[in-house]
This record gives sequence, structure tokens and C-alpha cells, in this order.
Amino acid sequence: MKHVLDFEKPVIELREKITELKRLTEESEMDLSEEIVTLEQRLEKLETDVYDQMEPWDRVQMARHPERPTTLDYIDYLFTNFLELHGDRLYGDDEAIVSGIAKFHGKPVTVIGHQRGKDTKENIRRNFGMPHPEGYRKALRLMKQADKFKRPVITFIDTKGAYPGRAAEERGQSEAIARNLVEMAGLTVPVICVVIGEGGSGGALGLGIGDRIFMLENSTYSVISPEGAAALLWKDSNLAQRAAETMKITAKDLKELQVIDEVIPEIRGGAHRDVKQQALNIEKVITAALDELNQKNEDDLLEERFEKYKIIGDYTSLDI
Amino acid sequence: MLRDFFSKKKRYASIPSQEAKQDVPEGLMQKCPSCQKIFYRKELIRNMNVCPHCDHHHKMSAFERIEQLFDENSFEEWDKDMISSNPLQFPDYEEKMENDRLKSGLNEAVVTGKASLEGMEAAVAIMDARFRMGSMGSVVGEKITNAVENARKANIPFIIFTASGGARMQEGVLSLMQMGKTSVALQRLNRSGGLFISVMTHPTTGGVSASFASVGDYNFAEPGALIGFAGRRIIEQTIREKLPDDFQTAEFLLQHGQLDKVVHRHEMKETLSTVLSIHKEGGEQG
Repeated sequence: MKHVLDFEKPVIELREKITELKRLTEESEMDLSEEIVTLEQRLEKLETDVYDQMEPWDRVQMARHPERPTTLDYIDYLFTNFLELHGDRLYGDDEAIVSGIAKFHGKPVTVIGHQRGKDTKENIRRNFGMPHPEGYRKALRLMKQADKFKRPVITFIDTKGAYPGRAAEERGQSEAIARNLVEMAGLTVPVICVVIGEGGSGGALGLGIGDRIFMLENSTYSVISPEGAAALLWKDSNLAQRAAETMKITAKDLKELQVIDEVIPEIRGGAHRDVKQQALNIEKVITAALDELNQKNEDDLLEERFEKYKIIGDYTSLDI
Repeated sequence: MLRDFFSKKKRYASIPSQEAKQDVPEGLMQKCPSCQKIFYRKELIRNMNVCPHCDHHHKMSAFERIEQLFDENSFEEWDKDMISSNPLQFPDYEEKMENDRLKSGLNEAVVTGKASLEGMEAAVAIMDARFRMGSMGSVVGEKITNAVENARKANIPFIIFTASGGARMQEGVLSLMQMGKTSVALQRLNRSGGLFISVMTHPTTGGVSASFASVGDYNFAEPGALIGFAGRRIIEQTIREKLPDDFQTAEFLLQHGQLDKVVHRHEMKETLSTVLSIHKEGGEQG
């Protein structure tokens, strides 16, 4: 385990201790099996305590975990015949977004997702998963293609946000995101969005308008990063932990706010512990959603998408 | 009050805050933040809040805009009493809104309704940056969505004047989702062949810039308006270089192909009227 998060340190330490004792048992004459059994029981309890009661800030760390599975990791397990397609036909190819065609349970789909890197070299190539306008326009090109050929669109959301850079502004970052929102709203095929890591603001939403929105248990979705919120609201980015709680950014919070449809359970200790099993959890949810959405005709699909978004928000009246 | 301008006669030096410098002295006179010249407020109002010396477009309240643009007494307001319910139970949010209500006389950062422009009806939404910096929360999203829907149902155009710092932080992800909600409504209007005109005024940034503001059938902006996705400071920190002065201005956007036209406030009414009348002739509207 290369990366250990602060809150899970006790678990990792205990687990290492057990491994050490097991090694000792094998190498020496000592019989430590009794101690090992006791410690394993204690580990079981500790894991439950630590992972079942994660604070919002712990989940933020988990969502940003360097080993957290990315879009391409899930594509490997979820789809067959994935063919990556590049470029927006206008300016360039943005590797912060991957997209292509594939089969899901033998049926054609279009797959699009933010793509982070797992090491520095790949992160530079992928711009840390922070897209430029050409990324959103590539996504839009493929969504339009999916619409034309009547195949569902599945998106994976995993970005700190759209890239805040000079070139991005010059090429119309705002318009690129805004256009995707409006166009996704009008796709006549089922659209399923899965937040797998960080869902950072407009840059996340630019791939996030759909008929079903799911979030992995330890993913986050927010209007601004906790650090950003703390700096903006309280002029102190050290209050990020408090902001993570106040801003309601966890999957459970978003389910309660009726922004998402379902929380996808995660492997205990985080999705990176068992990518294959995690992919199966995601597959189950996508399968059920597609079965349901494929039954609907275009008009119903669009009408229900409108109703889905129309109810988001909370307001009252002065005269009440 | 006028004496204050002759600094030599002043016995005590005082350092006015940045804000105080902008609108000294209260009421009667006004200082242009662009050319620093001082003139009568009346003169400014007569000139549609455009500086008579340097053409700087001063901020305008929603109702000032409605009065100057639309036919007399034609405006009928919608959702007037809608206010935020503080969905995240965010500390101090309610007091902040109450203060802004008192200061601006508005219940929220957007005023919506039906109005006529030279006899042509439209659904309109006018944002006002004096209320929570024009930020978009649930109420702004709902009011704009309703206005777009009303436009579609009545088969009249939808016109928006944007002025917003972006998302309403105190409403968290619900604020973000208003970008989606308004977009879904605009998609419906679009499918029904409805006309949507977006006029970006100072400032139009963040989530508002990255949603309805940028997707009009016509995108106009007032001269000098700040329009952009990310804040200048964040970009400068990210790319570690100083940005040019005109970065993210209306003129910068025009140059980069993001706008149909930069429209001077004095010509706004005529421009909108031209677009509306061309669409009326086309028979798509009304």
C-alpha cells in the first residue's frame, strides 16, 4: 500500500503488524497463531469503525486518492471492443477527456469520461484531468454521433474542474461547457452519468446532464473545492475540513438533496482496493438503469429529463 | 460636501475605503471608477448610466434597465416573492440575504417577467449584481427556468440580461445544478423554435457565464463588461504570468469569436428591436 490516508493509519498499521507476526511464525519456531487471531478480530472491528464512519473530509481524501481507479480502468472492466476516438475537429485533442465507442453487454454505447493521470508524467499529458474547451467539444461531437446512431451515452465524471487557463478562456471555456449542458439536455438517447472521483463544479457538469446520475460512495460533487470554499467564505483555506462538511459534497448528501439518483457502494477501504469488484458494482447499476431507460420513447425521455432537473433546488415565498 | 474635494482646505486626512471612493459623495454626485471624473448623478442617469466623459458603462439596477428598455408600464413581474430557504442551513446566509434585500429593494438577484419592446412582447430576466453579487442559487435558477418556460408556452422570445459573479456558494451543489436546470429549460425552448437573446453585462462570470449566458441564439455584451469562466487571479496563479488588461472583457470575447456584437447601451433598445422584428417577420415568433 503506497498511499495511506491519515484517517486510515491505524488500520494500515495493524494490518502490517499482523503480516509481520505471520512472517515471524513462518520463519521462527514461535507459535503466534493465537495472537494473530486476536489481532485479526481486532482489525475487522477497527476497519468497520474507520471505514463505515468516514467523515466528509476523509471521503474527499479518498476521492483524490492517487491510486483511485480512473475512467480508463473502469472501461477495461465494463466494456468490450472499446475504440478510443480523438479530437474535436475544430482545434485539437484534449487528453483530459477520453471518449469512444464500445459494447456494454454486447450492445453499442458511447463512453466519455474525464481522465486523470496516475503519475506525474501521465498527469502532465492529461492536464490532471482538467479539460480545455476542445475536450468538451470532443465530448459533444461524440454525443451527437451517439444521438444519430441511437446508442446510449455513458459518462464518467472525475475532475477537479475545467482548466482555468488563458488559452481555455480564449477558446471559450464557458461556451464549451454551456453548450454541452444544453445539448446533453436534448439528446434523444439514454444518458447515464457516474461520478467516480471528484466532481468539480462546471467542469464536471459539462459531462453531467443525464437521465440517471450515480455517485460512488466515496466520490464528491461540489460547486467549489473545500479549499476554495474555505478561502472564499472564511478567507482561510485551512478550514477546508469544515467546508467539506458545511458544503454537503458527499454522495450521501447529494442523494438527500435529491440531486443524484443512487449511491453506488464502494469496496471497504476504497475503490482502489479491488477495481474489478468495484466495476461489478457499477455494472449492476448501469445495467438496471439502461434496462429501464431503453423502454422509453424519445418524448418521454426528454420530458422526464426536464422534470428531473426542474425539481432541483429549494426555495420559499416571502409571504409564507 | 463639495468642500471635500479641495483637499488643501482639509484639516484631517481620511482614507476612504475603495467602495467609498467609488460612490462619493452620496446621492448628488458620482465619481466614474474608470476616468475618475466627478459629475452629477442626474447627468449619469440621463445618459443611461454611461459616463458622459469616458463612456464607461456603470452598473445598473434591474428596474432601471427595465424602465429604460421596455415600453412604459408594459412590465409584469413573475415570481416576485420567491426567496431562498437556506437549504444547506448555511451559517449567516439568511442575514446576508436580508441585508441585501434592504439594500437593493430586491428579493433576489434576478427580476423576471413579461414586457414589451416597441410593441413586441418578450419574456425577460434581468439580473442585478447588487443582490449577493448576482450569484445563482435555487431562486435565480427557478425564476429563470419559469421565465424560459413561459416564453415557450406563450410562443414569445426570451431575453436575459446577465450580471453575476457565478454560483451562490451558500447553496453548494444545488447552486451548481441550476446551471443544468436552466439549460434543460433552454433546450425545450430551442426545440420549439423559440428565440433566445443573451445580453451579458458587467460582470458575467463562473457558472452563469458557463451556462445560459453563453448559449443565446444571439450573444451580445455591453462594452467593457467582464465576462469569463475562471477568475483572473486564479488564472494568473495557474499559468504564472500576468494577463493583459483587456483579458475577459466584452471586446476580448468579440475578438475571440465568442460574441455576435458588443452593443453600446445607447443602442441596446434599437439592436434588440431589430432582432425581434426580424424574427417576427420570419413568422417563428408570435
